[in-house]
Order: sequence, then structure tokens, then C-alpha cells
Amino acid sequence: MTDELPPILEAKDITKTLGSGAAEVKALKGVNFDLVPGELTLLMGPSGSGKTTLLSILGCILSPTSGSLRIAGLSTAGLDAEGMANLRRQHVGFVFQAYNLVPTLTALENVMLALDLRGAARGDAPDLAAEALAAVKLSHRESASPSKLSGGEKQRVAIARALAGSPSVILADEPTAALDAENGMAVMELLAEVAKDTKRGVLAVTHDHRTLEYADRIIRIEDGRIVGRARRKDDAALTAEGAH
Amino acid sequence: MQTSSAQAAVGTGSAGKRRKPLPMVIKLAYRNLFHDRLSLAVTLTGILFSVVLVAVQFGIYLGSERRIAAMFDHAQADLWIVPLGTKSFDDPSFLTGRERHAALSSAGVAEVQELIVGFVNWRKPKGGSTAALLVGSETASGNLPWDVVNGTVAALASPSGVAIDDTYFTELGVNKLGDKAEVNNLEVTVAAVTHNIRSFTTLPYVFTTLGTGRNLLDAASEQTSYLLVKLAPGADREETRKALAARLPDTEILPHDVFRQRSLDYWLFETGAGSALIAGAILGIIVGVVIVAQTLYASTKDHINEFATMRALGASAGYIHKVILIQAVLSAVLGYILGMCLAMLVIWASKDSTLLIVMTPRLALFLLALTVGMCVLAAICAIFKVTRIDPAVVFSR
Repeated sequence: MTDELPPILEAKDITKTLGSGAAEVKALKGVNFDLVPGELTLLMGPSGSGKTTLLSILGCILSPTSGSLRIAGLSTAGLDAEGMANLRRQHVGFVFQAYNLVPTLTALENVMLALDLRGAARGDAPDLAAEALAAVKLSHRESASPSKLSGGEKQRVAIARALAGSPSVILADEPTAALDAENGMAVMELLAEVAKDTKRGVLAVTHDHRTLEYADRIIRIEDGRIVGRARRKDDAALTAEGAH
Repeated sequence: MQTSSAQAAVGTGSAGKRRKPLPMVIKLAYRNLFHDRLSLAVTLTGILFSVVLVAVQFGIYLGSERRIAAMFDHAQADLWIVPLGTKSFDDPSFLTGRERHAALSSAGVAEVQELIVGFVNWRKPKGGSTAALLVGSETASGNLPWDVVNGTVAALASPSGVAIDDTYFTELGVNKLGDKAEVNNLEVTVAAVTHNIRSFTTLPYVFTTLGTGRNLLDAASEQTSYLLVKLAPGADREETRKALAARLPDTEILPHDVFRQRSLDYWLFETGAGSALIAGAILGIIVGVVIVAQTLYASTKDHINEFATMRALGASAGYIHKVILIQAVLSAVLGYILGMCLAMLVIWASKDSTLLIVMTPRLALFLLALTVGMCVLAAICAIFKVTRIDPAVVFSR
């Protein structure tokens, strides 16, 4: 669909060693990965395959042991914790499995928090947050606190939060894992819609094979290595990879 | 679900303007603080008692200062000529008696007033006795005593006329003008009553004229305890002091503020009374810091996942520190308001007691700054806790 677009996120030869001595584990063993804008990419693999470690590195939360990472043309090389936080703030939106909404804030305020972190003017934040909630069809729940929202609604607020400020990359960690089938699919539909923006790439880590139909691209990871890639234009391959 | 709007850029802000919200750091701090009401109650209780304790301790300290310095604040002088080694106003002995003329003949001296001070035995009319501090002064030209509420200072000129304070009526066994008692076995008559002139040592002051004072203290006609020197216009205080010191080698010539401070230092620090008050205040501060630190740390632990999420979303460490510090400052201000209300109640309740607790605007501001500082200090543990947050934990939950 968007072959000609340059990747918004490029990871080259990423390795990550966790622990030390006898407890040392090579979680990633030379991963090459490009996230293309305008696409929803699914990262699939069994437990312990390195999905979350890779997601953490792509999201600038962990630093790779070796290899390089560029997001929106910016290299992460040499960045300290605050530099990484700055890059995340400017270019990465997260959607978490457990939603991770701030329970003391309303739905609107949770989105405003992300905008505040991204430096939006205080006067503009309520309107921008309302737009983000409208984009996920939750305008009517702006004042609700997370405890009053259903799981599906919470995840939609989390997606609105990730969208707020229009980051280049959205990373979703098992976004459907805590949801029932209907809500899970609604969330995937939403992420697929979000991914149509050609200024933005969306990567979702998932175990859920029912989400395959929403993917533009699937990456399979096992034992710290990418072992398969498939594109939507080749539905058969995609299905085959997904079913692998 | 139709979600075509989701792909549109979020960030144009085209909708109608809403009200400008509170800064998010303040909102987060406020919500975190009020989220757990019990924890907030514990925090505020800790701060409240700390503020009350510190306010009362410092209030008593200021009250003590006022009582010790009261004589200096009313007996105006540029220089004091005092017997060598005098520790404070309430530690009197006698000068030799020749100092007044020597002082008056010194360059730069305009006026010298005499003051005789000594401990006396006050025998109550109905039996029993108590010690008192007699202050004999030139009542016609001086400022002692002050705050006379019954009778007049001029009435002290009557034979053996004395002024006593109404707060000492019970201790002195008299309660009205004209009542008689004995001082050092000589009869005195209450000729004036003052209000609230109390000594730091709790000994009652008995004011009288210089002549009556000498008589009651069995002093010679020219003997005094202190000479209060007023400088001539344009005279240099230090030069005059040096000249007097050269002429009166067995005395000390002290600038007014130096003698005042010496008296304060003696009673507040050499006797340990002030140190005990300050130690009590410090204890109050420590208790406050520990309680606030504990509750703020617990609150931070309760909200650690939210802070980790914020860190993962790109919040700088400074942003999160700001939330915690604002929590601390909000706690401080709330605790301070409650604490000051209670402290003022304590001060009001003690207004008729022998304990003088003073609250001044400066002390109130100092306490506010101290409370905020205490809470900010207490926030350090919580800040250390969030500084060590690994944002990667957001993926493991």
C-alpha cells in the first residue's frame, strides 16, 4: 500500500542482553526492523521471544546493547535517559495492555496529560484532547473517570492519549489482551484506522490471531530473531505467516 | 465501528475554546493528594501538630524575649554604665556612687539617669513572704513603670509608694490601691497598678522612686545599680563609650542594644531556657518532616505505576518531581492553615495565663516558609523513589 514511503522508524542489528553472569540472557540477537507510515504492523511471537524487549527498545524505553535506532530521522545513539524521554515525548505514543490510565484523572484529562507532556499550550489542551476523544468516538465520556469506563472504552481513551499531539509512531502492547472479542476487534479496527495516516506508523504486539485481518504487515519474532515477514498484499502469505 | 475520523490529524484544535484549565502538574498533585483521604488526613494531622508545636515554642521564645527586654524597651538610653561583670538587668549589684558625676562631666554626655535594682523580701499583709525585684527610678523624668492601669506614676512620689502588677496580686497578697505590705521590713503602700509587666524569672517587679528604692534596699544616697546615659546631639556613641570606659575602670559601659542582647543571651542561652524552647521547636520540625516524608513516600508508592506510565509517555524527571513537590507544598499550605488556626486558639486561650506566647506577622510568615521547607524536604524520599522508576515496568503489568 505504501511501499514508496520511507520508514518512520528504522532499527538495525539490534541486540539486547539482559542480566549478567550466569543470569545473562540474549533477548534480541540482531533484529532489523522498519516501521512504515500508513501501515498497521503486527509483531507476533511466543512468550519469551523478545517482543516486549523489542517494543521497549523501539519505544526508547530501553537502550539496545548494540545496533542503531532512528525515529522520525532522529538517532537514539548517545542519548541519556532524559534524551530518550524527550524522543518518546515528541515522537512516540503508547497503548498499553493494562491501559495505564491515571485513575485520578478523567478521560479528557488523561488525554490532556499527554498533550501537556508534549508541550501543547495549556489553553489549547482541552480542545485538542476533546478532538482526540471524538476521534475514538468517546466524546460522551469525556468527564468519566477510568473506574467508570468499560475495558473497551479505557483502551479507546488510551488510543486517544497516544494520538494526542500526533506522534510519528504508535506502539501498542497487546492492546486486545484484556478485552473481550467484540471490544478487542473494535480496538483493532480503530488502530487500523489510525494507521491509515501516512505521517504515522503503528506497531502492535499481539498474540491474538483474530487481529491478523487488520494488519498491513506482520513480523514474527522467535528467540530474539525476526523469523518471518509478510505483507497484506499477499494475503495468502500473511495468513500463512500469521498461522505459523 | 466507524472510525474514519481517527486517522485525521489530532491537534488542529478547531473546536470551540474551552476554559483554560489548571496546569496539569497542579491538577495531578491535587488529585493524588485528595485521592486517598485517610492518607491526607494523616499528613495534615502531622503538619498541623508540627506547626502548632513550632508556633507555640517560637511564640514562647518571642514572649520570653519580650519579657527579658521589656525594661530596655522602656528605659531609653544610649549607653548603660553597669557594675563590672553584670550578666543581665535582673542580675543587679551596686556601682560605687561616684560614677554619675564622672559621667556627667564627660564630653558627649547630655543626661545621666539613675536606676537602682535589687532583690527584696516582700512580706504579705496576711502573712507569708515572697522574693521580688525592686526597681527604683527617676519616675518624674523616666519611663518606668509603664502601662499603669490604676493610680499614677506621680503617686509613687508619696512616702513608700510602690507600683505592682495586677497579674502578681495573688503572689503579693495585695489587690488594690492603698493596700500595704512590707519590703525588707519597711512598710510600702500600693500607689499604682500596672498590667502585664511580668519578669522572665517570674519574680514580681516592684517599681518605686529612686529615693524610696535606695531606702528599701538600704543603699547609700548616691548608690545606684545602673546609670542610663543619654548622648548630647551629635555626640559619637563609640567615642563617648570609650571615654567613659577610660574614666570608669571598675564599670562596663555598654551600648543600649549590647546590654539588651547580653540580657537576652544570658536568660535564653546561658540558663538553657531558650535552648530548650528551640530544641522543642526543632523536635516539632523533625516530627513534621518524618510524618510528611512517610505519608508522601507512601502516596508516591501508591501512585508509582502512574508515574512510571508518565515516564514512559515521555515525562521528564523534572515534571514528575514537580508533581511531588506541588503535592508537598499543597500539604504544607493546608497543614499550615489548620495548624495556625489551632496555634492562634492556643495563644488566645493562654492570654490570661502567666505564659506569654507571641505571634507576629513575621513569625507567621517564617512558619509558613518553614512548613513549606519542611514538606519539600520531606518530599526528597519520594523523589528518590520516582527517580529510580524504570518506565519499562509499564509493559510488565
